[in-house]
Amino acid sequence: MKLITAVIKPFKLDEVRAALLAFGVQGMTVSESSGYGRQRGHTEVYRGAEYTVELLPKVRLEILVDSADAQDVIDVIVRAAYTGKIGDGKVWAVAVENVVRVRTGERDQEAL
Amino acid sequence: MDASFAVDTGNTAFMILAASLVLLMTPGLAFFYGGMTRSKSVLNMMMMSFGAMGIVGLIYVLWGYSMSFGTDIGGIIANPFEFFGLVGLSDAIPTTLSDGTAGVMSNSLMASTGVPAMVAVGFQLTFAVITVALISGSLADRVKFATWMVFAGIWVTIVYFPIAHMVWGGGILSGSGFIAKALSTPIDFAGGTVVHINAGTAALVLALVIGKRKGFGKDPMKPHNLPLVMIGAALLWFGWFGFNAGSEFGADGTAGQAWINTTVATAVAMLGWLIVEKLRDGHATSLGGASGVVAGLVAITPAAAAVDTIGAIFIGLIAGAVCALAVGLKYRFGYDDSLDVVGVHLVGGLLGTVLIGFFAHLPQEGDSAPLSTFAPAGAQNGLFYGGGATQLLTQTLVALVSVVVSGVLTYIIAMALKATMGWRISDDDEAEGIDVTIHGEQGYDLDAGGGSGHGVLTSSLTKSVATLKAQL
Repeated sequence: MKLITAVIKPFKLDEVRAALLAFGVQGMTVSESSGYGRQRGHTEVYRGAEYTVELLPKVRLEILVDSADAQDVIDVIVRAAYTGKIGDGKVWAVAVENVVRVRTGERDQEAL
Repeated sequence: MDASFAVDTGNTAFMILAASLVLLMTPGLAFFYGGMTRSKSVLNMMMMSFGAMGIVGLIYVLWGYSMSFGTDIGGIIANPFEFFGLVGLSDAIPTTLSDGTAGVMSNSLMASTGVPAMVAVGFQLTFAVITVALISGSLADRVKFATWMVFAGIWVTIVYFPIAHMVWGGGILSGSGFIAKALSTPIDFAGGTVVHINAGTAALVLALVIGKRKGFGKDPMKPHNLPLVMIGAALLWFGWFGFNAGSEFGADGTAGQAWINTTVATAVAMLGWLIVEKLRDGHATSLGGASGVVAGLVAITPAAAAVDTIGAIFIGLIAGAVCALAVGLKYRFGYDDSLDVVGVHLVGGLLGTVLIGFFAHLPQEGDSAPLSTFAPAGAQNGLFYGGGATQLLTQTLVALVSVVVSGVLTYIIAMALKATMGWRISDDDEAEGIDVTIHGEQGYDLDAGGGSGHGVLTSSLTKSVATLKAQL
């Protein structure tokens, strides 16, 4: 099992969610977050005075999937979240040891 | 006043409306300034404008009008007790006309256009109110409200009324003063000197005496609500028609010319500011647009009926571009004129006043169709309109004298208040936010989510604890 984490632009959330649903992903956890990558935020100008806003608003998705599906799910996210402009975000996967469904007590593969 | 006074209802209706428009500028200014501060200071910023309405509105009818437009004392002030509380100010003083018949005269300063005394008082009151409110823009986040209110009352009495008298009430900066006798009659159609140079100078002096906000130049202090700034700029523009067209004191073509000049100079000033921003910063911003509007309004104020439409376009363009560059001065020189009263009002007021020396276009003898009938006796055309450099010299001198008078007097008041009441709130209060610590309120309750929020109603809590104890 893998945990896929994606940090994307907020306005791309709906497209990514729709794409994952079409692919067959059952659920996800979404949280608002903020951060920056290589572009280091942006600057705003008020009457000539520049302000650097370093932390930009982002959305963070967390999805548990079977290891065999992980690469496909990552591809789906990348394709749906892509704009080509700087700040599109990142997607990564890490191995997961245990998963338990709270309601039934099912474990691992069955709990996904 | 020799002529018998007769009310002109058209002019009077126009002037009551103009006064109402100018009064609307001060709450408009509260929005303009309020949006530019941080959210923790928005109420204090707005209350400084509303506070000025309170204190100046009262003082003006007690001794303000009398001190500005009563009987002259040495060219500096007028007698404050002559019309104290507006008693004795009348439109029905019995008089004998030159042909021997009986008539009535008025001691309204607008009597010649048939506008009654009380309407004249109302119109002038609104100018005093907004001038004081303008100053507060340099004081964001850090000044005791009580000291501000006391300052407003003292400043309007010691600085505003005398300067209003000197320029408009027949004092030393008017057509009967020393500059007029030596050179030519100064031109200030609607208050570039009395309102904008005066307020801008006072704002600079206070910024220097009171000192910078904590974190000025280091922490970001960006405007918290630009739509509020845009609403404020819109209300200021609307109200300014009362300011400039109303300064004709009558509903006529000259008021129309002032209206057109006000509109076009403001429109072009906004474009000028935006062009400077686009070239310098890469963005044409909404704050720049709103600021350009105000810069244009300020600069055209003294010139409103004294220049033709083309002159107004140039004044607007120059004011928009120069003020956009001038607002950066505070970072270079390190004074915290928080909301750019100096960069917009002092620089804009000086530009408008001095540019009259280049662009003044007054109706001349033999003109078949003059644009406006505004022609103060002894005033000359500007340098670009064949009048030579005399008017330019006059305008420059009047501007400088006003800066010195306003600067010195404001400094004395500011230092006296610093030594007695003190200006600054504590560092802790400033960091926490002046709205909560000084006014006991917050501008926005963003956490409440429509319900009672996280706050606890203290009185009901005390009651339930008492009930609980009784039960035990």
